[in-house]
Amino acid sequence: MSAPATTIDAPPEGRARSLWKRLRDGDEIAHTVTFLCAFAVIAVTALLVFELYRNSEPSRLKFGWSFLWTKTWDPVAGKFGALPFIYGTIVTSALAMIIAIPLGVGAAIFLAELAPPGISSALTFLIELLAAVPSVIIGFLGFFVLLPALLRAEPYIRSALGWTPLFSGPFYGVSFFTAGVVLSVMIVPFIISISREVILSVPSDQREAALALGATRWESTWDVVVPFARKGIVGSIFLALARSLGETMAVTMVIGNDPKISASLFAPGYSIAAVIANEFAEATGDLYQGALIELGLVLFALTIIINGAARILVVSTTRKGTSQ
Amino acid sequence: MTWNKARRKTVNVFMLALTGLCTVFAAGTLVYILGYLFVHGASSLSWNFFTKLPAPVGEAGGGMANAILGSAKLLLLASCVGVPIGFLGGVYLAEFGGSGFSSAVRYTTDLLNGVPSIVMGIFAYALIVVPQKHFSTFAGGLALGVIMLPIAIRSSEEFLRNVPLALREGAMALGASKSKAIFTVVIPAAKAGIITGIMLNLARVAGETAPLLFTAFGNRFWSPGWNQPTAALPEMIFRYSISAYDDWHQQAWSAGFVLLVLVLGVNIVARLILANKAHVAR
Repeated sequence: MSAPATTIDAPPEGRARSLWKRLRDGDEIAHTVTFLCAFAVIAVTALLVFELYRNSEPSRLKFGWSFLWTKTWDPVAGKFGALPFIYGTIVTSALAMIIAIPLGVGAAIFLAELAPPGISSALTFLIELLAAVPSVIIGFLGFFVLLPALLRAEPYIRSALGWTPLFSGPFYGVSFFTAGVVLSVMIVPFIISISREVILSVPSDQREAALALGATRWESTWDVVVPFARKGIVGSIFLALARSLGETMAVTMVIGNDPKISASLFAPGYSIAAVIANEFAEATGDLYQGALIELGLVLFALTIIINGAARILVVSTTRKGTSQ
Repeated sequence: MTWNKARRKTVNVFMLALTGLCTVFAAGTLVYILGYLFVHGASSLSWNFFTKLPAPVGEAGGGMANAILGSAKLLLLASCVGVPIGFLGGVYLAEFGGSGFSSAVRYTTDLLNGVPSIVMGIFAYALIVVPQKHFSTFAGGLALGVIMLPIAIRSSEEFLRNVPLALREGAMALGASKSKAIFTVVIPAAKAGIITGIMLNLARVAGETAPLLFTAFGNRFWSPGWNQPTAALPEMIFRYSISAYDDWHQQAWSAGFVLLVLVLGVNIVARLILANKAHVAR
C-alpha cells in the first residue's frame, strides 16, 4: 500500500543534474573523446591541404598558373613545367579505362546476373584478392613478364594498328602503352566488385517484368538491369579512374620515366606520381622540391574532384561502396 | 519473325559468353600472378633471406632481415596512429553521431581514402622530415598511419552498426549508462569484425611503397633507431627490381613472394572469418 518510490530519484533541477550524472557515468567523456577522434579526420585533411599549399609556395610564386602548361622539366636550369606529367597521367589512365571498363563491366554482369551463386562468390573472392596485391608487385611483374611479352607482340600490334600515329616510332618496352595495360590490371577488380554490388541491388521484379515480356536473358540484362544500375556503374568507373591517376609504383616501373610528350603510345613518358616517387628524395633546393610538391597538389586536386563525383554517384544508388 | 528470333537468341548466347570470358580473364590474371611469383620466388627462397642482411653488390646470397624488421616497425607505428583514432572515430559515427557533422566526417573520410598514397608521403615528409632534416622510421609510420585512418574509421563504424539495437537497449534497461553499454556490450559484440578490419587494413598498407621512398627512405643495414631511416620489404622490392644486377632481381622475386603470401594470407583468413560471421548473422 506504500506509495510508489519513483519520485525519490527525480532530478531536482533537470538540466544541471543530468549533465552531472552523464559526466559521472562517463558519457560526456566518451562523447568528447570519440568526437575529437572523428574530428581528427577533418583536421588531418585540412592540414594535408595546408601543407601541400604552403610547401609548394616557391614554385607557385615563380611560375604561377603557367606551371600547368609549361613543357620543360629541367632541374639543372631551374625550369619546371607540369605538362609532360599531366599528359602522361591522363594518357595512361585513359588507356587503362579503355581496357578495364568493358572487361570489368562484362565480368560484373556475368557475376551478378548469370553465374550460379556459389561460383559467383568464389570468383568474386578471387577477384577481390587481385585488388589486394601490392602495386609494387604488379609493377615488378609488369616489368619482367608483361614487358617482354609486349616486345614479342609488337610486330602484330603494329601490323594491325600501325597505320595510326598512336603506334608509330620505336618501341623499347617501357611506354605509355605498357603503363596503361599494367594500370588496367590494377583497376579492373574495383570496377568488378562495385559494379557487381550495384547490379545485385537492382530489384528482381525489373528482370522478371522484362523476361515476362519475352526478352532474352541478355536483353533483360542490357536493356533493363544495366540502365537501372547505370549511376552506380559510372560511379565505380570514376573510383577506378581516381585510383589509376594516383597509382605510383606500377607505373614508375614501366612508363620509361622520360618527361616528353609524344603522340605515340609506344613512346616512353612520365606521370605525376612517378616523377614524385623518383625525384623527391633527391630534389635539392626549395624550387625543385616546391615544384614536385605542387605536382602533388595537382594530383590531389584531380583525385579529390573525381572521387567526390564518384561517391555521390555510388551513394545515390547503393550504400555499399562508400567504405571501399 | 523467326529470323529475328534466331538473331536475338544468337546475340543472347554470344554476349553472355563474352561476359563469361571477361570474368575468366580477370580471375585468370590473379592465378597467373600467383603462379608466376610462386615459381620464381619460392625457388630462390632460403633461410638466409629471413636472417641475413643484404649482400654487397656482386656477392651472392644475403637476405632482407633488416627490411622485414623495418616493415614490422613501420606497421607497428602505423597502427599506433591509425587504429586508435580510427576506431574511436568509428565509435563516434556509429554511436554518438548526429546528422550534419557525421556526414561531413564520412564524406571527408571517403575523400581522404581516395588521396593517392604518394601524396600522404609528401604530407609526412612536410610534417616530420623537413623539421628534422633527415629521413626516419617515424615519418614512414606516420604516412602509413594516415593512409590507414579512413578505412579504420569506416570499417569500425560498419561493424558497430551491425550490432543489433536490442543489445544496446538490453544493457541500458539494466541500468547501464550509454558509454557503459557501448564499451562493455556493443564493442565486445563487434570485436571480431573490428579486429578483422584492422588486419585487412594492415595488409593493405604493408604493401605500400610510394610514401616510404622519401620518409623511411631505405637502409642497407639494420636501422640504428626509430628516428633513423629504415628499409622496408616493398621498398626493397622496388629498389632491387629496378637495379641492373641479376642477383638482386632474384632477391626481389623472393621478397615479392614473401610479401604476397603475407598479404594474401591475411586477406584470405580475414575474408573467411567475415563470411562466416555474415552467414551466422543471417
